[in-house]
Amino acid sequence: MRISRKISLAAAAAAILTAGGVAVAQNRTTNPVHDVPAASANGNLVVGLCDGKTTAEVPGVKPGQTLTPKQAQDVSDRLMNDWKAKNPGANWDDAPKVAQNAPPPPARPAPPEGPVASNGGKQEAHTYGSYTKRDEEIWKASTDAFIEQGRQIFHDAGRLGGTIGVSCDMCHPNAANTHPETYPKYQVQLGRVAMLRDMINWCIENPVRGKPLADDDPKLKAMEAYILAQRKGVALEYGKH
Amino acid sequence: MAIKGVKSVETKYMEEREALFKSISQLGRRDFVKAAGISAAVVASKGLMHPHSFQLVDIAKAETANGGSGAGGFTFAYISDTHLYKKTLNDRFIRSILRAVDDVNALNPQPDFVFFGGDLAQLGAKEELDLGAQILKGVKAPVKMMVGEHDWFLDMGQHWQQLFGAPSYSFDHKGVHFVVLMSVNEKDFWTQRGFTPEQRMQTVAGLDNGTQSRFEVGDAGRQWLKNDLDKVDANTPVVVFSHSPLYKYYRDWNFWTEDADQVQAILSKFATCTVIHGHTHQMLSNRIGNINFHGMLSTAWPWPYAPTGLPKLTVQMNRSDPFDNLDGCGDGRFNVLRGGTVDQIYSLWDRNPVTVRASYLASNGTSDAPAATKLVSY
Repeated sequence: MRISRKISLAAAAAAILTAGGVAVAQNRTTNPVHDVPAASANGNLVVGLCDGKTTAEVPGVKPGQTLTPKQAQDVSDRLMNDWKAKNPGANWDDAPKVAQNAPPPPARPAPPEGPVASNGGKQEAHTYGSYTKRDEEIWKASTDAFIEQGRQIFHDAGRLGGTIGVSCDMCHPNAANTHPETYPKYQVQLGRVAMLRDMINWCIENPVRGKPLADDDPKLKAMEAYILAQRKGVALEYGKH
Repeated sequence: MAIKGVKSVETKYMEEREALFKSISQLGRRDFVKAAGISAAVVASKGLMHPHSFQLVDIAKAETANGGSGAGGFTFAYISDTHLYKKTLNDRFIRSILRAVDDVNALNPQPDFVFFGGDLAQLGAKEELDLGAQILKGVKAPVKMMVGEHDWFLDMGQHWQQLFGAPSYSFDHKGVHFVVLMSVNEKDFWTQRGFTPEQRMQTVAGLDNGTQSRFEVGDAGRQWLKNDLDKVDANTPVVVFSHSPLYKYYRDWNFWTEDADQVQAILSKFATCTVIHGHTHQMLSNRIGNINFHGMLSTAWPWPYAPTGLPKLTVQMNRSDPFDNLDGCGDGRFNVLRGGTVDQIYSLWDRNPVTVRASYLASNGTSDAPAATKLVSY
């Protein structure tokens, strides 16, 4: 099963190369799951890192038991240190930076000289980042196809479930005036904090006179994608009125 | 389970809607007030209208200060961009045009005429145009019609012309020469693509698609305009109506006329010239050379301001409230002053009206500026 899937992917890749075009990656229907043993040989809980490979045992804690905050921090630190040891010089941000609020970062000092890598100076890592230009093209095409689905729904009263012939683009050409960068914000008319999807659904229900979509409806996601894509480069400014 | 004798909100709404349609189909002038009343009641019952809704109906008397006698000294009103669907599909846009008709009928004194700025229909269908024609019969003052692209591209203007006549024409009124100019011609983008008339219409009806061509008056239209204006003295005030703005605002949305520069050149000989256009559904003002430009409001929905190209003399209208489907919409009137210059009064529904004076445009914004917007667009 796994082998045949690989073969069919390879065949698809060959077809793409022959055609000279860019394919759209298949969308997964389930998320990948990391394979972490429930318990070590000693019967202790094993915790996995997000790379799906690095694991650490928590002494004295059995599967099903909850870690104390100190134990949790400790195992997280050990996992992270393991990962850093396996990936010397990897570019890891120690804390998430909120780009739009942070002052420009100071110039990064040059990394210390490390051992010379065998593959021409790039670090060889199993981590996110080992991909080719062709991968990037496929990903871009996939993203653009998703945005295009959103564009079509945005422009189609029928697919929006509208009952009076009104579609989003009739008031929002190119998604103008939807300002996704201002959410979350307190939406005065709703009397509560709203996200972009709340407003999309409000519009579907009222001017469009359709039925609101479920939060995980693929149509809603595609429309969010289209709207966000129209505002590329605009600074996030949540709460703006 | 239905409770006997109790009607749901939905049932009541549908019954009122039926009554509205019935009254429209019997619409004569006498019945108009009744239909508008039902419409208002339905809107109010749906909570779609502010309770403090009002419409200022007092007319500032057309000024006589600047010129004394001669041309001008009168008022005309407008309704524009109503975008009617067939009535069984969409009653919201019907309520809006009824409100506009109500507004212009309530003007006292009455305007000399009511100008309709185009896009009566949404998809150019016969029943949409017929519905619009029937509703406009409720206007007390004489109505002058202009065509928009939504009226045209299903049957290339056939039915519209049967109802309303030629798309370009001119007339004289109290010393002012008025021209109605068909400006929404497009070069054939449909034959090669094998579009049906419906596909052609649907394409033109969208603003943000790159498939359609740009609007143009075209060679024949410009020749007609030249011939018409050859007979007019350069000191006669001229007012030109066009559906698209006769300048280049934003190409991607066809807020644009491709041969605008050539049309402006034809108009440049006149000392006093005003262009009034529809299509852009927003407060929009411009001045190029001697020519003042005014956009009209829509009754159906407001368009956002385009990301680039907004004329610097435009005072933006306040951002419209998405929770109020009449906000940012409206109608308005034009005061033709003695001497033939034109002030526009934007009658935005449920807001204070905004006046954009000829003197504001002529002074390049240094005097008589309209009140600035509180919330500019994003």
